[in-house]
Amino acid sequence: MISLPPTAPPGVLTSEGLACDLACFPTREQYNALVESFKSDDFEMCVDLCAVDYLEFGGRILPEGVVASRFEVVVNLLSLSKKQRVRVRVQAGDDQPEVDSLFALYPGTEAMEREAFDLFGVIFTNHPDLTRILMPEEWEGHPLRKDYGSGRVPVQFKESPGPR
Amino acid sequence: MSENDLSVRAAERPDLLTAETSEGVQELQRREATAPSELGREVGAVLRIDGHAFDPNSVDYDRRDDETMIINMGPSHPSTHGVLRLMLELDGEFVLRTKPIIGYLHTGMEKTGEELSYVQGGTNVTRMDYLSPVINELGYSMAVEKLLGIEVPERAVWIRMMMSELNRISSHLVWMATNGMDLGSSSMMIYGLRERELILAFFEKTAGLRLNLNYVRPGGVAADLPDGWQDDVQVVCDTIHERTYEYDQLLTGQPIFRNRMIGVAPLMAEEALALGVTGPLLRSTGVPWDLRRTMPYLAYDQVDFDVIVGTFGDNFDRYAIRLNEIRESIRIVRQCVDMMPSGDYRSQDPKVTPPPRARIGESMEALIHHFKLFTEGFHVPVGEVYSAVESPRGELGCYIVSDGGPKPYRIHVRAPSFVNLQAVPLLMRGGSMSDTITVISTVDPIMGEVDR
Repeated sequence: MISLPPTAPPGVLTSEGLACDLACFPTREQYNALVESFKSDDFEMCVDLCAVDYLEFGGRILPEGVVASRFEVVVNLLSLSKKQRVRVRVQAGDDQPEVDSLFALYPGTEAMEREAFDLFGVIFTNHPDLTRILMPEEWEGHPLRKDYGSGRVPVQFKESPGPR
Repeated sequence: MSENDLSVRAAERPDLLTAETSEGVQELQRREATAPSELGREVGAVLRIDGHAFDPNSVDYDRRDDETMIINMGPSHPSTHGVLRLMLELDGEFVLRTKPIIGYLHTGMEKTGEELSYVQGGTNVTRMDYLSPVINELGYSMAVEKLLGIEVPERAVWIRMMMSELNRISSHLVWMATNGMDLGSSSMMIYGLRERELILAFFEKTAGLRLNLNYVRPGGVAADLPDGWQDDVQVVCDTIHERTYEYDQLLTGQPIFRNRMIGVAPLMAEEALALGVTGPLLRSTGVPWDLRRTMPYLAYDQVDFDVIVGTFGDNFDRYAIRLNEIRESIRIVRQCVDMMPSGDYRSQDPKVTPPPRARIGESMEALIHHFKLFTEGFHVPVGEVYSAVESPRGELGCYIVSDGGPKPYRIHVRAPSFVNLQAVPLLMRGGSMSDTITVISTVDPIMGEVDR
């Protein structure tokens, strides 16, 4: 287990993660500053960003002091020079999940944030182009949410263009 | 022309024509309707993106919407390798802005993965990157095994390594084939698929299936290697190794091929890192990052191989890296044949591995385990894990959240093609229309993995 970079915002909770060197649990306010401090600490790459909907699973293991919310955004950072992996798990909110976009720090998160928005409805503030990426633009709902239900919703076809 | 002529009537109502294919705001917009940071991304100014402070006037300062043309390429274009759709802003023959539009192959595999038990999950992930099914299964199985905390027998580790290297060869061979076809060398297309057939035949002999194997499973592999596998693998290695030198003769020194590849679409290491690009694309820029070497998994720390690194990050480097990775993979496979240990090919933990058929008739306990495994599946402890392997396209990560039940609570696959595709606007920028084909080809997106 490694320690937080010296420039990290104070009060970020950490724990040992499975198959990573450190798991951090910043609040939404600390999130961007924490990732920025990791970036300046030789974490060159943001390999992965995804969201999780914890609606039906309350028993997840969190360090003491973290206020659990329904949506969680999970970011995996990688340092090529130090060969370390760090996981940042930020609680994104319950009804209106919203976190800052990492686009200005890691431009490569653009598509991944769009995917999380598309499938979970997490809003990323300051994202350059927050549109759906996998689903059609007029799709209703966010399919990977636990209350969306699979197999019960009829396939939504596009509006028929009518006779030419 | 008569009033009933279809083309004339359609042209009168262009809104109806576009309504069928429109993706709305996902598409490339006119410049005045695009946010500055998004415009910067579309012109490939990755390192100059500074939030909203990016000044679009520093690029294309004299471009106006009425001087350029937005055209659509795909989703069913023969050289987009599937259903990739690109919208390009052109100035004459040259590309200014690019935006990939994806999702045409989206089948909700991550949602499906939540409905399948851990044993069934392999059949789901193997269909994501359909050119390297073994490596997809490997990434998934390793994540599940980390959550379970079980050790895989030595022989299973080496079988997995050999099969994933064979799979890497076959995946790169398909790349060589399609890249050759994109550049007008249809003989390369035939040769690449011919050599791949050798590997697929071996897969069929081992796993029973050619493409979506479901061979690597949590706890080990599905079946032991068939009798006489050493000879089969030897023949595969010898044949393909010899033929890589024929590819050299056919492509590497060929002037038309070289002119279209050398110096086209260069990528810098800083840009690649900022975009999260991995795999041959990252290595072509000179960054020696290969998870097999830098963060070894399986037994990659016990075999000799070289990490192939490029210098200029151009199309030709990406070609050369893939060609030489075929040779390196053959080296690894040969060492696997020599060093293959004996023993079990799957874990003997009865909670994870079904008992052999013969035991079910005589042991009540075996019958119970068998029944539990095939009705419910095994339970995985609460936790979350991210496990990464090196696929032919880059880092293939699998993030699994377990709630203690027999099905993953959330399964997310970090698909390398999905992330690598973000480099396309940057690589396209300033190139000619014909270079777009080579760029898509050398980025090598697999749409099944991009859209999942």
